[in-house]
Amino acid sequence: MQRHLISAADLTRDDAVLILDTAEEMARVADRPIKKLPTLRGRTIVNLFFEDSTRTRISFEAAEKRLSADVINFSAKGSSVSKGESLKDTAQTLEAMGVDAVVIRHGASGAPYRLANSGWIDAAVINAGDGTHQHPTQALLDAFTMRRRLIGRDAGLGQDLSGRRITVVGDVLHSRVARSNVDLLHTLGAEVTLVAPPTLVPVGVETWPCEVSYDLDSTLPKCDAVMMLRVQRERMNAAFFPTEREYSRRYGLDGDRMARLPEHAIVMHPGPMVRGMEITAEVADSDRCTAVEQVANGVSIRMAVLYLLLGGNEPAVTHSRTEEK
Amino acid sequence: MDKQDSHATPQASDARPVLEGPDIARVLTRIAHEIVERAKGADDVVLLGIPTRGVFLAQRLAVKLEQITDRKIPVGSLDITMYRDDLRMHPPRALARTDIPGDGIDGKLVVLVDDVLFSGRTIRAALDALNDIGRPRAVQLAVLVDRGHRELPIRADYVGKNLPTSLRETVKVQLAEEDGRDTVLLGVKQTGH
Amino acid sequence: MSKILIRGAKVLGGEPQDVLIDGEVIEAVGTGLSAEGAEVVEAAGKVLLPGLVDLHTHLREPGREDSETVLTGTRAAATGGFTAVFAMANTFPVADTAGVVEQVWRLGREHGYCDVQPIGAVTVGLEGKKLAELGAMHESAAGVTVFSDDGKCVDDAVIMRRALEYVKAFGGVVAQHAQEPRLTEGAQMNEGVVSAELGLGGWPAVAEESIIARDVLLAEHVGSRVHICHLSTAGSVEIVRWAKSRGIDVTAEVTPHHLLLTDELVRTYNPVYKVNPPLRTERDVHALREALADGTIDIVATDHAPHPHEDKDCEWAAAAMGMVGLETALSVVQETMVDTGLLDWAGVADRMSVKPAQIGQATGHGRPVSAGEPANLTLVDTEYRGQVDPAGFASRSRNTPYQGRELPGRVTHTWLRGKATLVDGKLS
Repeated sequence: MQRHLISAADLTRDDAVLILDTAEEMARVADRPIKKLPTLRGRTIVNLFFEDSTRTRISFEAAEKRLSADVINFSAKGSSVSKGESLKDTAQTLEAMGVDAVVIRHGASGAPYRLANSGWIDAAVINAGDGTHQHPTQALLDAFTMRRRLIGRDAGLGQDLSGRRITVVGDVLHSRVARSNVDLLHTLGAEVTLVAPPTLVPVGVETWPCEVSYDLDSTLPKCDAVMMLRVQRERMNAAFFPTEREYSRRYGLDGDRMARLPEHAIVMHPGPMVRGMEITAEVADSDRCTAVEQVANGVSIRMAVLYLLLGGNEPAVTHSRTEEK
Repeated sequence: MDKQDSHATPQASDARPVLEGPDIARVLTRIAHEIVERAKGADDVVLLGIPTRGVFLAQRLAVKLEQITDRKIPVGSLDITMYRDDLRMHPPRALARTDIPGDGIDGKLVVLVDDVLFSGRTIRAALDALNDIGRPRAVQLAVLVDRGHRELPIRADYVGKNLPTSLRETVKVQLAEEDGRDTVLLGVKQTGH
Repeated sequence: MSKILIRGAKVLGGEPQDVLIDGEVIEAVGTGLSAEGAEVVEAAGKVLLPGLVDLHTHLREPGREDSETVLTGTRAAATGGFTAVFAMANTFPVADTAGVVEQVWRLGREHGYCDVQPIGAVTVGLEGKKLAELGAMHESAAGVTVFSDDGKCVDDAVIMRRALEYVKAFGGVVAQHAQEPRLTEGAQMNEGVVSAELGLGGWPAVAEESIIARDVLLAEHVGSRVHICHLSTAGSVEIVRWAKSRGIDVTAEVTPHHLLLTDELVRTYNPVYKVNPPLRTERDVHALREALADGTIDIVATDHAPHPHEDKDCEWAAAAMGMVGLETALSVVQETMVDTGLLDWAGVADRMSVKPAQIGQATGHGRPVSAGEPANLTLVDTEYRGQVDPAGFASRSRNTPYQGRELPGRVTHTWLRGKATLVDGKLS
């Protein structure tokens, strides 16, 4: 049985629904006067961030603290890592301090997998985003947000996202969010369409469980949620697209395009948003946009993941799909 | 620990009913009257059931209290999973709902409701959970069955039936809402478990 | 004792014969040869091949003696059945002057496990900008005939053209590491289904194929000979096949690992599978095997690339590219080519000894097993099967992708000019 959360693709449908249901209960803790549970008292969790990501780190930290874990924040900047210490040495140093779990963000795809499978450490590993590979808790919080908005808080309990149509727009090639979402949404029964200029779709996408389109306008009228991915301006310099203006004209979400969505459809963004690029301020600030909600939901999802992986003597998440492989 | 043992499946052949449907209804009625009596009219009572079966018992008690007092009685649920002292001994359990009635519990008389009182550890966890939710005027405990073998200094204020048991025995409460029928079964733990 | 009788060996996999070595040369080949005055090596059931020749080895000395030295590398070579290796130029300092190539050559001769023929850099510092003194390296004691910037591609078309032309003066050959640099910026593995899923930077086949296509056309245009290092894709095979059909003077090599392993292994994110060019797909592996069988690919070359443990015991992106290969090459070739029926042992001798010696002009190597020839020989127990255990490697590095894998065949004896460098699997 795996003790780690490395990829959204490792989760079965039942695992994923259990995490979403648990997160729904965790969310209720936020409404209490004392937003704290004693569940992980005495467990030490290190947030090992080799890449700057204040929002993800803070979200994990809030989740860990609400569950009463002892939290160590380790940022690679200004540490011995920048002096050439390896991932292995860093991890072993932290484990020597008695760490039960490592939440790792790393610029190299596969670094969390390596940490979990190389025998370097015994601690549980939770992937908080690796390179252009995976960001499983982001996909979980996105699915959580969709289930709440499209089905309902209580009505959604025990439910997956069968038959829901989700469009993911933007820099799929460089996006761990897109990869994680395709995997998880497919597992939860949703139909996913990726929309991007052909330069930003990876070679090999044909085996992914989703559709690919180069045309945003034709997909909008038939989707329940549209997720806009951040597009970094630097991509322009590597000739992925000609200009910012052309990108936003063809693939950006503005008020006119939002009007073409079905009435119930929501607009999602994992943040940070590049206003004026993939999304206009009008859309970002509209009540159909769930970006802020997603941040709040992130804490609940991360509490659920931490509880299910660390709350007992063994993880509750089965990862049976990985075992089948 | 209470939860586990009280719901452990006794061997069908060994299990014998110690309370049947009508008995359960009768003792709940009695408990409702006791609450009204001891709480002097039950003005500020909030019933909080401990999932799963404690919640149904709390709801039934609320109905009876409303019949007696002719007032709406706030009833909710209190999940104690994340306050358990044996979390590290099992895989994490799925969480149940904690549902605190709208006016909260501050200054109220909270009556915790559970099916079986055994080691007392569940109630210890429930008291911890309550502590994070508010500050009741007082906390009381109502249980359908007290089977003894306390491991903590905890006692019930309202008991449906005192049932002396040995540690080899199991007590299983079945309620119509969850199990299709009302009964309390006394069985013998399977050996070699 | 200067005479050795190898008794009952299947020469090139044929009928059992005796081979008598006297001093540095083969004195006689036949049946029932007299053992008088000779040390006898019982070789019944084993296959006798001409000593193997590796056109593509990284010995790391000078500069990276922590991963390999000429001594440890040539001991690894002897263990793998090699009697000659060509040492790549990407050392520190780069082998781009007569001084460096002579140093490497001399170290090889002094240690005596295997002939070391240095490869000279095509451009100064492997930078692709300015031709190195190719003529001086050729005229040095090392007598360099093969030039390569391996590790880097000679991507400037004009530099490549000039190099191809220039070495004609002394019969040299340029060995190209075919990798279009712009198409492989940030590349981490073969671009395809697996890279898309793993989120690792894609290394497209076309980055190799476009350079090979350009270079065979350049070679045709200037009437030169070109050698393609570690060809790894089905498309590259098609281009070389087309070039040969046009009469272009091109030769090509394939590594053992590209004959066996695929990019599916990268799913483990274990950098032991990180190599340049990257592991490709099942389809490529099959195309490479067929091409080696039909002669489109001329030779097997190991691209033996030792790296210290710490350069592989890390995350994928930070890891060095390359695998050791000298000690497992023949086993992998037996597994992929012989045991599959694609090649007989005479074919193995051709692809791993005769042809590489010809391409690199390694005098005295890759010769027939017959009287009067230099006694460079390799004896193989082809019935053996066993798990690869890197702990037993003679190489200083352990970065093998085959750890724990069961492979057939084991070299038991290697003779370099009549001197046993390996006896019963043990270095002498």
